Amino acid sequence: MRILIVGGGTGGTIVANNLARRLAGEIRHGGVRITMLSASDRHMYQPGLLYVAFGQMMPDELYRKQQSLLESSIELHIDPVEEFLLDQKRVKTAGGHTHEYDILVIATGSRIVPEEIPGLAEGGETFYSEAGAVKMFKALRAFQEGTVAVVVGVPHKCPIAPIEVTFALHDYFTSRGIRDKVEIKYHYPIGRIHTIENVAKWALPEFERMGIRYETLFNLKEVDAKKQIVYSEEGTETDYDLLVAIPPHRGMEVIERQALGTGGWIPTDRRQLKMEGHDDVYVVGDTTNLPVSKTGSAAHFEAEVIAQNIASEVKIGAPVCEYDGKVYCFIETGYDSATYAMFNYENPPELKAPNKAMHWFKTSYNKMYWTSVRGLL
Amino acid sequence: MSQETTIDARNTFCPGPLMELITYMKQANVGDTLELLSTDAGTASDVPEWARKVGHEMLSSENRDGVWHLRIRKAK
Repeated sequence: MRILIVGGGTGGTIVANNLARRLAGEIRHGGVRITMLSASDRHMYQPGLLYVAFGQMMPDELYRKQQSLLESSIELHIDPVEEFLLDQKRVKTAGGHTHEYDILVIATGSRIVPEEIPGLAEGGETFYSEAGAVKMFKALRAFQEGTVAVVVGVPHKCPIAPIEVTFALHDYFTSRGIRDKVEIKYHYPIGRIHTIENVAKWALPEFERMGIRYETLFNLKEVDAKKQIVYSEEGTETDYDLLVAIPPHRGMEVIERQALGTGGWIPTDRRQLKMEGHDDVYVVGDTTNLPVSKTGSAAHFEAEVIAQNIASEVKIGAPVCEYDGKVYCFIETGYDSATYAMFNYENPPELKAPNKAMHWFKTSYNKMYWTSVRGLL
Repeated sequence: MSQETTIDARNTFCPGPLMELITYMKQANVGDTLELLSTDAGTASDVPEWARKVGHEMLSSENRDGVWHLRIRKAK
């Protein structure tokens, strides 16, 4: 049995490690082989980028060697896939190699596409890449007074990020003693300040307490970087001195190029996590078109289901469990407090009051992630 | 040739039905119709409000067995 995992992010790595442990005997006896194809030899802890943007983490803290995160029985190739030949059960890589499989896991993830909004790349700061986060920190540090506008592209990874970065901006300027010289304006695509109703209900009085202005039903249309104005699809506009943007995302180019899914998102069964029409292909994390958050947390819980089902397919010829839509998101509510949202397909999140202990738990998790992605936590 | 696409956003809390609709609307061509399925009670008012503000055309809205079916045509 040849199991091929394409993508070495959170979802792909947890699937691989979880499988390697569940199928250790089969691998030892030569009946199973697990191969991972990754575009990078480094693995990034992406939630750490928010801290880099505020000078609270250094970029080198975000990385580990991908090989160091994998069980030794997993064969890793740093060679991204260029072509998926699903009918032939094989893929071709950028390096010119062909890999055949019996079961394929697609975990290619997502990418930011600020260029979809004219002017955004030139006019906006973002923390969704290492270079962007460092640049944003320097822009924040140089900022002395004026208006900071927070705007949000759709779709985007980490749906809680717009709220988190806004609270962090408030605390950052407060800590520098210039909060009274900075106006923070928050803009959100739908008719309340967060898509999760309970988060919106909780955050609204916090915004009012912190003096954060907000505008809802604001979808990014265009940025005029020279005039420092953002225009919305809804016909409104907002001016800024510093623009902080959550950029829109798409799935990876290879998924779009191969017409595996519109926007790069692969049509996926929401419970079995198999690609629609392909019983031998699983999809995990951001790569799916599922109506769940694009977060490492969703990828983690999906990966556990996929690994359990692939292992049971090997052992008894059938999957044994289903994904229930589970997501657990930490919510940093400033420099020293946090809460969390946990939900699934059936149960909405019930928010607890933010506290310091949860913030320190999140701070610890920033290190524990490396245990988590190894499939140990 | 315009297309009709169904978005199954039933039992979803994040990113939620309207955010799903906005995602699919960005991917659609002018003239395409999107049918949004949602179990969120707020969808029946949230979606028409957004469509009206942006300038898309609400074609229909009905609740069948607890599921909202909203059809919207991309107009721009």
